[in-house]
Amino acid sequence: MNIAKYLFFAGIVKPFVKLIVGVSVHGGEHLPLSGPAILVANHNSHLDALVLMSLYSSTKIGCIHPMAAADYFCNTPFKKFFFKKLIGIIPLKRNPFLQMHQDIFAEAKKALKQKEILIIFPEGTRGTNNHLQDFKTGIAHLTQDLSKVPVIPIFIHGTDKSLPKNEGLFVPFITDIYIGKALFHKKEDNKKWTFALQEQVRQLQEQFFKEHPALNK
Amino acid sequence: MEILVTEHVRISVYILYAVLAFLTLLAFGIKLQKKNVDNFIVRLKTFWKIVIFLTIAFSFNFMTTAVLLAFISYLALKEYFSMIPTRNADRRALFWAYLSIPVQFYLIYIGWLNMFYLLIPLYLFLLIPARMAIVGETKDFLKSCACIHWGLMVCVYALGYVCAYFIQDFKLSLPQGALGCVLYILYLTIFNDFMQYVFGKSFGKHAITPKVSPHKTWEGFIGGVLSTGIISIWAAPFLTPLSAVEGFVVGLGLACCGFLGDIVMSSLKRDLGIKDTGTILPGHGGILDRVDSLIFTAPLFFHYISYFYN
Repeated sequence: MNIAKYLFFAGIVKPFVKLIVGVSVHGGEHLPLSGPAILVANHNSHLDALVLMSLYSSTKIGCIHPMAAADYFCNTPFKKFFFKKLIGIIPLKRNPFLQMHQDIFAEAKKALKQKEILIIFPEGTRGTNNHLQDFKTGIAHLTQDLSKVPVIPIFIHGTDKSLPKNEGLFVPFITDIYIGKALFHKKEDNKKWTFALQEQVRQLQEQFFKEHPALNK
Repeated sequence: MEILVTEHVRISVYILYAVLAFLTLLAFGIKLQKKNVDNFIVRLKTFWKIVIFLTIAFSFNFMTTAVLLAFISYLALKEYFSMIPTRNADRRALFWAYLSIPVQFYLIYIGWLNMFYLLIPLYLFLLIPARMAIVGETKDFLKSCACIHWGLMVCVYALGYVCAYFIQDFKLSLPQGALGCVLYILYLTIFNDFMQYVFGKSFGKHAITPKVSPHKTWEGFIGGVLSTGIISIWAAPFLTPLSAVEGFVVGLGLACCGFLGDIVMSSLKRDLGIKDTGTILPGHGGILDRVDSLIFTAPLFFHYISYFYN
């Protein structure tokens, strides 16, 4: 087990997320307690991955890996150490040339085989103002041979207000997490399946705004 | 600074725990008869947690009390800011609003009462719009200013009074200590909420505020106010410097104020189109759902005491 990651989460991240940020989970019964599984969520803030990982107990934290862009999170030795060892990210090369010549998902597939849980943000990058961007099809490529791995759609609200893109100042807001029913990739068309997944997240978003009409801008 | 815990205060806490234990046994007894009381049990469980948290908050020294009450105030303010629409441009102002919490509770801790009176009603009232004007987003400026300051008054200033009871020189004239007054106000507020609910459920027919909350009735209101007044005949002399007659009148008044706090929060929720202010207290809703009556009763009783008994 990765002791550094355990201590980092048990001592810093989880107290911060639970006491300072505050998370309100809806549909928690849909959250898979053990892998293999893929959590798919909208992405508006660096907090997203930390908040999702904090849904799990510290003893399980070693099995949770967010996938993140290699060019952004591993471009300096310090960042590489921090994000790989303490957060446990699986770096993803966003270079289209490389993608043609090697299996960029090799590491992710290996993790799933070891019954671990991946967190993927298929929007590809952080958005602004809670607007859902079109999902990239990478997730469908990853799961097309893994029809037994549940893919869980999640909608996150609040992190975009706490720590938006291009802002350094953290301002506390409660984070609402809406978790939907698992989806399985059953050899459908990749584009269609990605769209169906996106639709699930969009429905969770709709549910959130139905329950909080004043926040819908 | 130690918090004065008198014999009467202790007895009242024992009674509270006994009542809670009795309700818990009752709930499990009914559950054994295969009746559905899960909702009630969830509420009770949360209630136990609140009571234990407050017991810890008041059992050590004034420092712990101030820190833990500041934390409740923080949770309430966060809940408020999370449920109202805020602009991106308000982020800096909101940050300053949060910072006022440690400052205010520190002022209470060191006993600087006059500064506590001024900090949020005056200084933050000036600082928040100033910070927002510097950011320079003018669309919905007034709305944002008003919303932020209202939240500060409710979640920080009014809740701060619960802590302000403990300020040293104020403590001297109270026979059961400041804790006696704080517990009196807490018991009365909870009792009032509970009795209004019980009377409303049993006899409720005529809606008192049909637009705000259709479940609130005249029968519930009158039953709650009267029973709160009656319990106050015993509780006021037991825990505060008030006499029995005075206790009855003050009890009636506090019950009415608690009701007003309740419908104010209900109006706010109706305006925002939400059912509960949060989900942090399972079975009860959010922090603001729980403290809505206290926001009215705590400051008013504080000033009543400091006007007549200091």
